[in-house]
Amino acid sequence: MNRTFDRRDFLKLGGAAAALAAAGCATTPQTRARVVVIGGGFGGATAAKYIRLWDPAIEVVLVERANLFTSCPISNLVLGGSKTMEDIRHSYDGLRKYGVQIVFDEALAVDAAKRSVRLERGGALSYDRLIVAPGIDFMYDQIAGYDAAMKTGRVLHGWKAGAQTVGLRKQLMQMKDGGVYVLSVPLAPYRCPPGPYERACQVASYFKKAKPRSKVLIVDANPDVTSKGPLFKKAWAELYKGMIEFRGNAKAIGVDPKTNTVKLEVEDVKGDVLNVIPPQRAGDLAVKAGLITANNRWCGVDWLTTESTAVKGVHVLGDATLSAPGMPKSGAMANQQAKICASAVVALLNGRAPNPEPKIANTCYSYVSADEAIHVASVHTWNAQQKTLTTVPGAGGVSSARNALEGSYAWAWAVNIWQDTLG
Amino acid sequence: MRIAIVCAAALAVAPMAASAQQQNAGRDLAASCAMCHGTNGRGAVGYEPLAGMAKQDLVRKFTEFRSGAKPATVMHQISKGYTDPQVQLIAEYFAAQKR
Ligand SMILES: Cc1cc2nc3c(=O)[nH]c(=O)nc-3n(C[C@H](O)[C@H](O)[C@H](O)COP(=O)(O)OP(=O)(O)OC[C@H]3O[C@@H](n4cnc5c(N)ncnc54)[C@H](O)[C@@H]3O)c2cc1C
Ligand code: HEC
Repeated sequence: MNRTFDRRDFLKLGGAAAALAAAGCATTPQTRARVVVIGGGFGGATAAKYIRLWDPAIEVVLVERANLFTSCPISNLVLGGSKTMEDIRHSYDGLRKYGVQIVFDEALAVDAAKRSVRLERGGALSYDRLIVAPGIDFMYDQIAGYDAAMKTGRVLHGWKAGAQTVGLRKQLMQMKDGGVYVLSVPLAPYRCPPGPYERACQVASYFKKAKPRSKVLIVDANPDVTSKGPLFKKAWAELYKGMIEFRGNAKAIGVDPKTNTVKLEVEDVKGDVLNVIPPQRAGDLAVKAGLITANNRWCGVDWLTTESTAVKGVHVLGDATLSAPGMPKSGAMANQQAKICASAVVALLNGRAPNPEPKIANTCYSYVSADEAIHVASVHTWNAQQKTLTTVPGAGGVSSARNALEGSYAWAWAVNIWQDTLG
Repeated sequence: MRIAIVCAAALAVAPMAASAQQQNAGRDLAASCAMCHGTNGRGAVGYEPLAGMAKQDLVRKFTEFRSGAKPATVMHQISKGYTDPQVQLIAEYFAAQKR
């Protein structure tokens, strides 16, 4: 049932090919299947590497807008001051030794009929299979005044590691002792369920050392802490007594930087540093490519292969997907989903059926201080009845208590997943 | 120059090539360990390498994690997610990897 195409029929050897040649990676694309990956985060970079690892006959081109990878995991420790931006920035060079061709450019659009991706600077890139892993973008319009306040730098989210991480750290350092740091958490699902509560710990740990009269006020749209609740609350009570206040059912609907106010459905709160995390959806490119299938926000996929349920020949990975039941939006999950995807893409391009029983595991570590951590783990397996990945009953769980041994495992996990993702 | 490309629509009705798949079952399962233990079980910091571990050693340790006989921070929870035949496949895969 295989069909043959003349590759030259749809290969557009335009600017992108020229860019590849200029980057020193001219190829002979006519003889090999080509996979294009958009987005070199935890999902996309892992998929690019593993396809090359498992079938070096396939040509893999990774399109990424940023010259350096900046990790969200560990970025909360940059806010707390125990790690630096240098610790979380990594080169893409490691992927080259696997033969991944890297194009630093912005993907603008996907033409699924022509199997081609349009780039901002590099023309068009044709593909046999496309992997879209753009992460998230924010629904700023859900919070009145957000866009303008963010542009002046007065209100930040710091939910994509980078300039905003640096900006928030600066605001925390400039804040007076006795000030209030407001952390607003959106309704689930959002990127990294335990991330906000880890951040609260890290900011409080900095305050405890540098500004002991200051406070962390968490206003959470969810009724309660969404992940590892008892462990976080214990850490707040025992390590940061009186410093962290949690208010549930407190959804942000507006910000007013002139009066330092976050408007909630129920009340208004004032603070000196306003860290408001807006609701999120799949990255802009997924919207433009017509991959959104759920609630105008997320991309539905067949979890057997991660192929889009909307557009054939296109796979979606990571935070942009409509998560399977019990699956968090985490870097760990994106890395593991990428291996389901890589295995399936290699099989399909070789005319084989994909692995009929994929299985992956998630573990999210959170630091509750500079050196103690807690985890939540789960194992996700193909469920033939429900035709999706579901969690294995009896497997997974959380730490029995916060501990320094897991603090060292958490750091080693970060180093190892960066390596597994980026070469 | 022509190359064969599997047509996505045709795949839905393509017969399952089970035998070709089984040869990669261990590889795919083992890839779920890599974010902690390193790509192909090699090169990780702070976690034991799995590459080159004798098959019976890995199976024994994994089984001891499941029963609680071997102390663990997280492996007791992860190990419960894999079946005995899957552990065999994983152990075979890592045993065949260069240290
Ligand atoms: C504060 C914080 C802490 C976290 N801690 C953890 C943790 O401890 N453990 C964990 O597992 N997860 C953690 N996460 C979650 C983790 O960061 C995400 O789940 C993960 O990054 C998702 O991977 P992804 O590949 O889907 O997206 P990303 O990693 O966001 O990658 C998307 C990439 O695509 C690129 N891109 C997007 N659009 C285009 C385009 N049009 N053209 C070119 N390039 C494009 C972007 O530049 C980016 O590099 C944390 C998140 C935050 C915010
Ligand atoms: C989230 C990180 C993580 C993942 C994923 C993970 N492990 Fe582990 N592994 C650990 C940790 C941590 C230990 C040390 C024991 C403990 O504290 O749980 C360990 C220990 C081990 C050991 C014992 C090593 C020794 O010689 O004592 C084996 C064997 C092992 N893991 C196998 C696996 C296999 C196989 C997989 C994949 C199915 C896997 N691990 C996935 C974190 C992980």
